[in-house]
Amino acid sequence: MRIKKFLAVVLALAVVFAFASCTKNPGNAENPSDESNSNSASEEGVIKIGSIGPLTGDNAVYGTAVKYGAELAVKEINEAGGINGCKVEFRMEDDVSDAEKAVNAYGVLKDWGMQMLAGTVTSKPCQAVSTYAAEDNMFLLTPSGTSVECLQAGDTLFRVCFSDPAQGTKSADFIAEKGLATKIGIIYNSSDVYSTGIKDTFVEEAAAKNLEVVATEAFTNDSATDFTAQLTNIRSAGAELVFLPIYTAPASLILQQANTMGFAPLFFGCDGLDGILSVENFDASLAEGVMLLTPFVANSTDEATVKFVNAYRANGYEDTYLNQFAADAYDAIYTIKAAAEKAGVTGDMDTAAIGDAMKTAITEVTVSGVTGGSITWNADGEPNKEPRAVKIINGEYQMVE
Amino acid sequence: MKFLSQLISGISLGSIYSLIALGYTMVYGIAKMLNFAHGDVIMIGGYVVYTACVTAGLPAAAGVLIAIVFCTVLGVAIERFAYKPLRSASSLAVLITAIGVSYLLQNVALLIFGSDTKSFSSVVSLEPVSLADGALVISGETIVTIIVSVIIMVALIVFINKTRPGKAMLAVSEDKGAAQLMGINVNGTIALTFAIGSGLAAVAGALLCSAYPALSPYTGAMPGIKAFVAAVFGGIGSIPGAMIGGILLGIIENLSKGYISSQLSDPIVFAVLIIVLLVKPTGLMGKKINEKV
Repeated sequence: MRIKKFLAVVLALAVVFAFASCTKNPGNAENPSDESNSNSASEEGVIKIGSIGPLTGDNAVYGTAVKYGAELAVKEINEAGGINGCKVEFRMEDDVSDAEKAVNAYGVLKDWGMQMLAGTVTSKPCQAVSTYAAEDNMFLLTPSGTSVECLQAGDTLFRVCFSDPAQGTKSADFIAEKGLATKIGIIYNSSDVYSTGIKDTFVEEAAAKNLEVVATEAFTNDSATDFTAQLTNIRSAGAELVFLPIYTAPASLILQQANTMGFAPLFFGCDGLDGILSVENFDASLAEGVMLLTPFVANSTDEATVKFVNAYRANGYEDTYLNQFAADAYDAIYTIKAAAEKAGVTGDMDTAAIGDAMKTAITEVTVSGVTGGSITWNADGEPNKEPRAVKIINGEYQMVE
Repeated sequence: MKFLSQLISGISLGSIYSLIALGYTMVYGIAKMLNFAHGDVIMIGGYVVYTACVTAGLPAAAGVLIAIVFCTVLGVAIERFAYKPLRSASSLAVLITAIGVSYLLQNVALLIFGSDTKSFSSVVSLEPVSLADGALVISGETIVTIIVSVIIMVALIVFINKTRPGKAMLAVSEDKGAAQLMGINVNGTIALTFAIGSGLAAVAGALLCSAYPALSPYTGAMPGIKAFVAAVFGGIGSIPGAMIGGILLGIIENLSKGYISSQLSDPIVFAVLIIVLLVKPTGLMGKKINEKV
């Protein structure tokens, strides 16, 4: 009996405290934002850029790379006097590549006083956050969100990387421009949106560039083991180049089976093939000569890349994260700088006004970055830059000049 | 030449299906249950070989042997803890349990080895046979898989028809109750069936991953289902039927990929299955069973 009474008292107290904390919470939540408002009013000279990406979990390598790339750019910009005389503050929140966590992180960053978003890193969270950013008229520049849906919620949304379908167009452009082949076979995953999207735009652009697609072969997630039938068809159609808009697991099987068959065309892939050399226990000699579309490789000799890589290493960031994502993020911050200078953005402007100013300014600037010599943007948010590709030579990625 | 080449790759895919189907059909024929976890035992077998040969650096034969022992123990354990308590339950309950075990194995592998695909080193060191100036290539894996499948098929038939434990299996498959009355250890016999079936799965895993060297926790799932189809196609419960069903399935799949459409190969395979079952409901080699009324 006594225990019951005691319990009742404890529970009653718990309820009272719960209510108390409930009524307290909104006040707490308001206070810091008041503070941050007054902060940003008092420090007119600060532009706050946020980012969201996976810093933990399976995709942590992407988020961490973006963090380092962006931090490096922010540091350089501040040392050179900031943007329009304003210091830049950068803060990145973890989303573990999860859409819901990304939306929460967006709220946290807004409370902090974020005025522009250089994120998010992965596509699904980007899609979720973009609707909120569009509502707030927040300027969003994703370094690496490739899916088409990332930019559909509003007109303040932009990206640094190519979208998924744009990779198909750019691949065809690259193959035509470098004269790699005229007869092309394709193996794509018909059960995957990414793969099918790239294949469709590739076929369209190939026709425009007088490339002949001699065989289009498909597989599905359920039949991704045996590719000899597809390869046999492609070989008898006389293809010189096989386009693989797919991920590394089926690609490693295709390379192995082509090798067994004694079929050695040029294989060309997109960002899905990036990382084929890090498949555990993979025989790298099978991937010798494989080309893939990617804007960045650390050992490239062009001036912008060398400068970026040296600065990255000089600041003590780890080489593990020196990848396309770091380069994209670095370019994203410099793009924000270029557009903000064009638009005359300062730290005392509010988010929506910055969004309005930036969305026009970004279409008027040309950025010379690490991932492209002269990058321009359309009003729909897509970047325009020269496609670049790497070739695997002696088990290493080499930029194709 | 293109036709021959497509035919050969069909046979090589089919030989893998038949090897897996042998395990399916054996367990079904004797325990009268569909062990949907069979494909995932194959995957586990693949990981054991991978760990033994690539991580620990043991020779291929030792790796396969370790995998056979490991999978045999695993199979018996699965039978003991997941299926035996349901011996008198409805077959539907056992089927659902088998699906549960399948997911359990996939997720355990996911937890231990992660979701990234690992490239398998072939356990077969036979050189590929090259015909007609390299236009036709038969890989060493294909040759070994076919030989191994035939050996296993013959060994199973001899074992079941000639040895005492084999005859006990036949008795259990015909009538569990009567077999028990005759003094046959039914539980022991079913456990033995699972032991053999899972040992075969380890061999199938090693050869599947050698022929298609991409190993992930989902490696066994789809080949498992295709092999199940092959077993039904050939007549489930029939050992030569599994062999023939597997090879035919591989050939049909590859020829439809090569000559009709690579997008439509799966629908075509299943359409053929439906037609066969409409004409011959017990499968190609299935026994005709007279229903007792």
